[in-house]
Amino acid sequence: MSILLDRPDVLVIGGGNAALCAALVAREGGASVLLLEAATPAWRGGNSMHTRNIRCMHDAPQDVLTEAYPEEEFWQDLRKVTAGRTDEALARLVIRESHHVRGWMRRHGVRFQPSLSGTLHLSRTNAFFMGGGKALVNAYYRSAQDMGVQVRYEAPVRRLELDGSRFVAAVLDSGERITARTCVVASGGFESNLGWLREAWGRNERGEWPAEQFLIRGTRYNQGVLLRDLLDQGADAIGDATQAHMVAIDARAPLYDGGICTRVDAVSLGIMVNREGQRFYDEGEDFWPKRYAIWGRLVALQPGQVGHSIIDAKAVGRFMPPVFRGEQADTLEALARQLKLPTQPFLETVRAFNAACRPGRFDHAVLDDCVTEGLTPPKTHWARPIDTPPFFGYTLRPGVTFTYLGVRVDERARVHFGGEPSPNLLAAGEVMAGNVLGQGYTAGVGMTIGTVFGRIAGAQALQALKEARSDHRLVPAGTASMAETSDV
Amino acid sequence: MSELQALIDEARALGEGGVPRPGPAEAEVSRVMEICNACRYCEGFCAVFPAMTRRLAFAAADVHYLANLCHNCGACLHACQYAPPHEFGVNVPQAMARVRVRTYAAHAWPAAFGSAYARNGLVVALALAAGLALFLALALVRHGSWWGAPAQGSFYAIFPHGLMVSMFLPVFAFAVFALGVGVRRFWRGAPPGRVEGPALAEATHDALRLKYLDGGHGEGCHNEDDRWTQSRRWFHHLTFHGFLLCFASTSVATVYHYGFGWVAPYGWASLPKLLGVAGGLGLIVGPAGLAWLRLRRHPAHGDAAQAPMDAGFLALLFIVSATGLLLALLRQTPALPLLLCAHLGAVMAFFLTMPYGKFAHGVYRGAALLKWAVEKRLPTNLRLGGE
Repeated sequence: MSILLDRPDVLVIGGGNAALCAALVAREGGASVLLLEAATPAWRGGNSMHTRNIRCMHDAPQDVLTEAYPEEEFWQDLRKVTAGRTDEALARLVIRESHHVRGWMRRHGVRFQPSLSGTLHLSRTNAFFMGGGKALVNAYYRSAQDMGVQVRYEAPVRRLELDGSRFVAAVLDSGERITARTCVVASGGFESNLGWLREAWGRNERGEWPAEQFLIRGTRYNQGVLLRDLLDQGADAIGDATQAHMVAIDARAPLYDGGICTRVDAVSLGIMVNREGQRFYDEGEDFWPKRYAIWGRLVALQPGQVGHSIIDAKAVGRFMPPVFRGEQADTLEALARQLKLPTQPFLETVRAFNAACRPGRFDHAVLDDCVTEGLTPPKTHWARPIDTPPFFGYTLRPGVTFTYLGVRVDERARVHFGGEPSPNLLAAGEVMAGNVLGQGYTAGVGMTIGTVFGRIAGAQALQALKEARSDHRLVPAGTASMAETSDV
Repeated sequence: MSELQALIDEARALGEGGVPRPGPAEAEVSRVMEICNACRYCEGFCAVFPAMTRRLAFAAADVHYLANLCHNCGACLHACQYAPPHEFGVNVPQAMARVRVRTYAAHAWPAAFGSAYARNGLVVALALAAGLALFLALALVRHGSWWGAPAQGSFYAIFPHGLMVSMFLPVFAFAVFALGVGVRRFWRGAPPGRVEGPALAEATHDALRLKYLDGGHGEGCHNEDDRWTQSRRWFHHLTFHGFLLCFASTSVATVYHYGFGWVAPYGWASLPKLLGVAGGLGLIVGPAGLAWLRLRRHPAHGDAAQAPMDAGFLALLFIVSATGLLLALLRQTPALPLLLCAHLGAVMAFFLTMPYGKFAHGVYRGAALLKWAVEKRLPTNLRLGGE
């Protein structure tokens, strides 16, 4: 079967979750599959290696998933976080398919575990991968190897050769040209491309280039090369280039691949101030897991694209330990100095906040009645005076997880050009996630989209092969069709 | 290894109940655990990570406890988004392995003998040579030759029962005592609380089943790559349970000897022989398999510097069992005296190095498992949100 390398039935571009799902499904259907991963083996898997769970609908408890998470609730959650910027038909397709993907995932070696400590709120909605996303990626690569999917590492694709909307060949950075009957593009968003982020976010009213302060939570390989190539060649775009899954992460995080551990979960237990020492949003609006994904963007809109999460000793031991220790001081003045905040405005902010806190029964596990009164912006839950030393401060910056600008696809993952689907060019994963996620985020939905559309793209690749073959039967036997059949 | 020496000197000064002062190995585990504690993806693999989540900081006592709880299965390394080449350079099994050898050395009794861990391959080799020399010399004195069968193939014609007991019993008792002193100090470094029946039962079960070599999903652990395999678990089972069977064989034989006056050699169908042969076979296949797996092991697993210690221990186990089985087979031949010397010399070396070699891992691992079984039953005072 490995003789097919020169011209595979299915060429998969990308090496993360969506790419692997597409490759495995296509291979299960008997197609010869070549997968091109831009990264080295150590860095394979794109952002998937940083993930930890998949959001799944279910009408009754399913192994690691508790209770029920019906389609309608999932849809309402998605509609809420995207503020309606989603395609309902595609979103519902993703949701319904999420119901039964896990058996297939298990067959390919993925193992699930009950939700991790500190994430019990997700035990109903999200199935956690045992060992996280890299374990999942490893399992899929093992399965791909066992099934005879050909994998090439360090094989970044520079551009696609199209005939109208029909895929003809992929041209690698090395100049090598690879033809295939069908192609699945699952090469991620453009979040790793700092120049593109800078251009997309532009210059703000303060004359700053906000994206210059962004950190990338995931892979350095998602440069958006194929996304740009496809858009340049007339693929229909979806989404806004500034929309992304963005979290406020520790400013000391590495530029790439900081992953989960750079997040700081202290925000809802204290206050968040900007560079000027001013609060700018209700830290207690909702449970942190429902709000963590808005703070990246909120911080991006602040001067200097920086925020400081301030807590006191009462909060210690009540949030997931961050990877970097916060600044610690016995007085608020000292903390201000350490965080390079203007002392007087900062002290005034804390004083006003403390004075506005109404007595209540603090309970971080519920939406409690500890609120501020007469304060703008208010803190509507878990508001307790910041008065118990030592005080701690964490400096946060926007952390981009993945971007939502993508190519428009239909329910068969076919890339659209001028409103018409390509016969053999399919897309899955981040490169088309914007069809479902116009903005906002809810935990685990990226993996749902990648898994479902990866599998759809694999199945559609098989379908496209079948259609191409039945077309060929009408043609008298010739060299082209000889080559076709000799491949199988 | 001068660092190890410093640790030993310090442990000697500390005396009872001390916690070794942290060095770079402990600092590395502490650093890595703070990264892991902010990630937690590996919680399902083994007990190390749930134990970690009960803590926010990792002092020396915590580090030694967690290091000995780690079975070096490799699951968390292959699944790690922060493993090298990531700049965080997280390699939990390796960091833990480097601390474990310091646990053994720091808690060795008498403290000076902790230095045996600095060159453990050499120590085992010397112990073996000394054991062989001792019995070869004794055989010459008592039997006059290393070749030639005594009547009925009786061992006691060469070395009387009383002589063997007077040699082995004190050495074995000393080894047990020394390990006991060490593990008692280890336990006191961070006592988890009262030991009760269910915790003891769970720890025993987890140790005998090697629960934490099952990957959390029952498919085993890693060896040469990210594929799961049961081979290490099975070869370890053969080794450990083989050892237990041999121990049982000796115990039964002792009861026969003193309780009933039934003197060895025993027939093939006798209980001591059945236990001994079964255990001996396990102790041949097990260590050979483990050594073979060790050669094929992924280079990032564990601590390469400990390869001589591991190899020495496995080789010694293999020699003990191989000479024991040969002895049973060739008892009636002129090779008996030579084989007997080889077997007894190897057993003596094994007993001598028990508290100062790889054998100690089982004792400290068992104690760590018991600590975990006790600790997990206690309420935690951390409330990290979401619960």
